[in-house]
Amino acid sequence: MIGTRQRFTPLQRLLHWLMALCILAMLFIGVGMVSTVKPKYLTLVSIHKPLGIAILVLALIRLAVRLRYGAPPLPADLPEPMKLAAVLSHYALYILMIGMPLLGWGMLSAAAYPVVLFAGVHLPAILPQSDRLHTLLWNAHFYLAFVFFAVVLLHVAAALFHALVRRDGVFDAMAPVPTHNEVAAAE
Amino acid sequence: VLIAVIIGGGAAAFAYSAGWLSPQRLTPDKMVDALTPPTGEPLGHRRNHAKGICFTGVFEANGAGTALSQAQVFTRGQYPALGRFNLGSADPNAPDATVRVRGMGLRISTPDGQEWRSAMVNPPFFPVATPQAFYELLLASASKDPDAMKKFAAAHPEIGAFGAWDKSAPWTGSYAEDRFNGLNSFVFTDSSDAEHTVRWSLLPAARPVPVSPEDLAKRGPDFLEQEITERVRGGPQRWTMVVTVANPGDPTADPSKAWPEDRRTVEVGTLIVQQIEPERGGPCRDINFDPSVLPSGMRTSDDPFPAARSSVYAKSYDLRTGEAKDYPRTALDTKP
Repeated sequence: MIGTRQRFTPLQRLLHWLMALCILAMLFIGVGMVSTVKPKYLTLVSIHKPLGIAILVLALIRLAVRLRYGAPPLPADLPEPMKLAAVLSHYALYILMIGMPLLGWGMLSAAAYPVVLFAGVHLPAILPQSDRLHTLLWNAHFYLAFVFFAVVLLHVAAALFHALVRRDGVFDAMAPVPTHNEVAAAE
Repeated sequence: VLIAVIIGGGAAAFAYSAGWLSPQRLTPDKMVDALTPPTGEPLGHRRNHAKGICFTGVFEANGAGTALSQAQVFTRGQYPALGRFNLGSADPNAPDATVRVRGMGLRISTPDGQEWRSAMVNPPFFPVATPQAFYELLLASASKDPDAMKKFAAAHPEIGAFGAWDKSAPWTGSYAEDRFNGLNSFVFTDSSDAEHTVRWSLLPAARPVPVSPEDLAKRGPDFLEQEITERVRGGPQRWTMVVTVANPGDPTADPSKAWPEDRRTVEVGTLIVQQIEPERGGPCRDINFDPSVLPSGMRTSDDPFPAARSSVYAKSYDLRTGEAKDYPRTALDTKP
């Protein structure tokens, strides 16, 4: 890595905030659609599928960018348990960002549903039809969605804690625009 | 404090979206619960139309449907079809002669990778106008209150027409003699991008022979499945698919209202049923005949039922695929 960067690269910040919007929308659409029989059910499902694939693609790009550019170091004075929590929660987020769309795609495949992104645009099945696989993947997709939302809430809480309580520059590293206390927070 | 408010607000919004704060929301779970028959949850089976038998065959398009929709399924040719004859009851062991409504699930696949799924029934219209009313009908018919159905009928007079059909329409001794109607309206888009709101039906080639339900009861609990198996063994059975086009102003959102008889109809092809297989290990078993699975050139209309059916069928599918052990694929006692 060239020197120590204080902030994520602009591309990384763009991907982060774009995906933040997509993932939050996705989680709300997901729990909303499975709880209604109204016509909006079909609308929500028709957004859920292409948005999921979009998140998968963005997540893979993001992972590549992260491997290439890395991340700014965490503050040296951050207690070890918090450092560990930070590292583990980010592994969890990456696993979920990539895993959830794949689980959804696999679950539809195992149920022999056509995987329709847009009118006339289909994805191939990635698994053979199987009631057992469908049940396994459906359960994983369903319960991990709640885990995902919990990790997102934890992530937001931690970000706000860094921004408002510790004021240690961690939030500024990913802030969409440079914040006023960025210089003061460095070192 | 600010952090707690933001996190708490996020969690509350999530809970609202999930319906946990809205006990009156009609969820697919509630609909599935309301479908549960007195005999108990039909574990491993569809939550409604639980008893059925698989068929395979072809749909032979005559090309006339291309005037209405650009879907490949209407281009002259033969396309593989998979389906399921079924009884409109949530009890997988209902004797065939006790169930008034009979149905057919159908999936037609085309080389472009698209599918047209549909689930049809023999009445010419649906008993009620909205999914909410259907839910209330289920509650009323399961209610211990002796006046529940009377109250329901007073609030939903459209059910009267269904009652009249129930009493007057003849019963037949074969799935092959029944007409199956899609009931819901859909929008077809033709090659010039003009839209047509339509409903469709399958008209049997076999001449219907009326038989009284009392006589049908003497034929045994599974006579329909036995009859169709033998009949198809003797030769393929056919239905003509007829698409009816709505006039402007016709009730497209309400499947309890039939359209006038003089509406334009187009015969688009023939369904040919070539082989029957028991559902237990058959190819239709794990197919969800979700009426919202449509090829491009077809889409849902302002009819609220396909969305509700899609949502509830998915719930039913998710439940029953997880209960396969309660409905083993191979029967220990195979029928002769």
